[in-house]
Amino acid sequence: MSSVPIRLAGASKTFRRDGQTTEALSPIDIDIAPGEFFAVVGPSGCGKSTLLKMIAGLVSASTGTVTVAGNAVTEPVTDLGIVFQSPVLLDWRTVLGNVLVQLELRGLDTAAYEPAARRLLEAVGLKGFEDRYPFELSGGMRQRAAIVRALIHDPPLLLMDEPFGALDALTREQLRLDLEALWLARRKTVVFITHSIDEAVLLADRVAVMSPRPGRIERLLTIDLPRPRGLAARQLPAFTGVVEEVTRLFLERGVLQTTGNLAVELGPQS
Amino acid sequence: MGRLRTIAQPLGLAFAVLLLWEAAVRLGGVPDYLLPAPTAILADLAKRWPRILSNAWVTGLEIVGGFAVAVVVSLPLAVGIAFSAWMARSIYPLIVTLQVVPKIAIAPIFVIWFGIGWISKLTLVFLLCFFPMLVNAVAGFRGINPEIMDFARSTGANLWRLFWRIRLPSALPSIFTGLRIGAVNAVTGAVVAEFVASDRGLGYLLLEYNGNLLASAVFATVFVLSAIGLIIYYTVEWVERLALPWHVAQRRSETTGEQT
Repeated sequence: MSSVPIRLAGASKTFRRDGQTTEALSPIDIDIAPGEFFAVVGPSGCGKSTLLKMIAGLVSASTGTVTVAGNAVTEPVTDLGIVFQSPVLLDWRTVLGNVLVQLELRGLDTAAYEPAARRLLEAVGLKGFEDRYPFELSGGMRQRAAIVRALIHDPPLLLMDEPFGALDALTREQLRLDLEALWLARRKTVVFITHSIDEAVLLADRVAVMSPRPGRIERLLTIDLPRPRGLAARQLPAFTGVVEEVTRLFLERGVLQTTGNLAVELGPQS
Repeated sequence: MGRLRTIAQPLGLAFAVLLLWEAAVRLGGVPDYLLPAPTAILADLAKRWPRILSNAWVTGLEIVGGFAVAVVVSLPLAVGIAFSAWMARSIYPLIVTLQVVPKIAIAPIFVIWFGIGWISKLTLVFLLCFFPMLVNAVAGFRGINPEIMDFARSTGANLWRLFWRIRLPSALPSIFTGLRIGAVNAVTGAVVAEFVASDRGLGYLLLEYNGNLLASAVFATVFVLSAIGLIIYYTVEWVERLALPWHVAQRRSETTGEQT
């Protein structure tokens, strides 16, 4: 099996702290098909990371159920790869060691995977850096190593939490193209969290637009753009149409405002 | 070149200070019983070397012994406190509270309990090493990036693998900070314990020389004591370099601002 379905049925999350309850996510219903590229876009603090962690089994749902590959999620799902916004590499391991730790922790034979790890690292432009430590790399290189770590065991499910959020625009664009190529080749199920409307629309089959606090899915859009979308898709009317629709939605919800607000009086009051 | 300079510069400065000291004592006519010249201290050290050396062994063993016991006790305890909510709630607050007791003030009690032999010395050295080692190790185990743990849990690794491959290595830099503080404290602990009651060791020697107003012998003993402290400290650093080459290199590139 190369990809898995995901189902959330009335799944919500409420955090309790010091007797106060905060509703992070309203009950959510989603069906993600096997091999689907599913993006979630929303402002910061809308609970989209919580949603991802619920799918991964790292956070338990307060109500409802989460099902991955037909099994109810009650503990961390292991048949997946995760990429976070920060690379979270292990400082004490080299780039190659950081990739191979994925296999060591799973009790797999690292030697058997080493050639594949080197090929993947080369594919993301890290050839020659296999024996470097994370502190010797730029932020973009670290994140690419983290992506390779999430792929090395060829998981059927890829969960990405703003994986390109901390990168510069050029690196970001390149990694987006790489990710699309990878997805087209392997057809894994991907859940991709982002705050970039463009990125979501360029990558996903479907985009869930979330509203802030408590987070819920405001709209589910099907993106009907030909693949590979590459760099050219930005010019398509269908692309601009969807982006405009999402932007309008954020405007209505107050997530965005049409005019800038920062033109306030500065300097000491006399 | 860079490496040579990091050694040569402080050494050169130390030599200059010694030279200034020598000159000030000779030209200023400072009496020998107040501040002996470096050359006079050196001569005295050579003269008393056998006696100082045999007592240095005693103090050195107290330091190493107390330090080792502290390592063996504090690290497993830190693991327990970091991973058991029960221990973190019951034992740890107690230990942290007890830390405010001035250990040196209760040193005389150890003499009453354990006599003037090894055990009272080891106890004080142990206590002075134990707290910084424990507190730093606990902080190291607790301070792990939660997202690293999220990643590790998603691999389904068991607790044993998580500990050896993730939790322990991530705590090591902090553990070594505790060990370095402990190494410095251990020397103080041994000397103070000998001050309180002893019939041998460099602390005992210091009291004897001081009582007889042998300033240059006192300085010679302090010199040997500092040498022991340096050896212990740099041994810990050397082990750290072997165990955590990445961390030492990272620290260096952060302090000098150069990328390796």
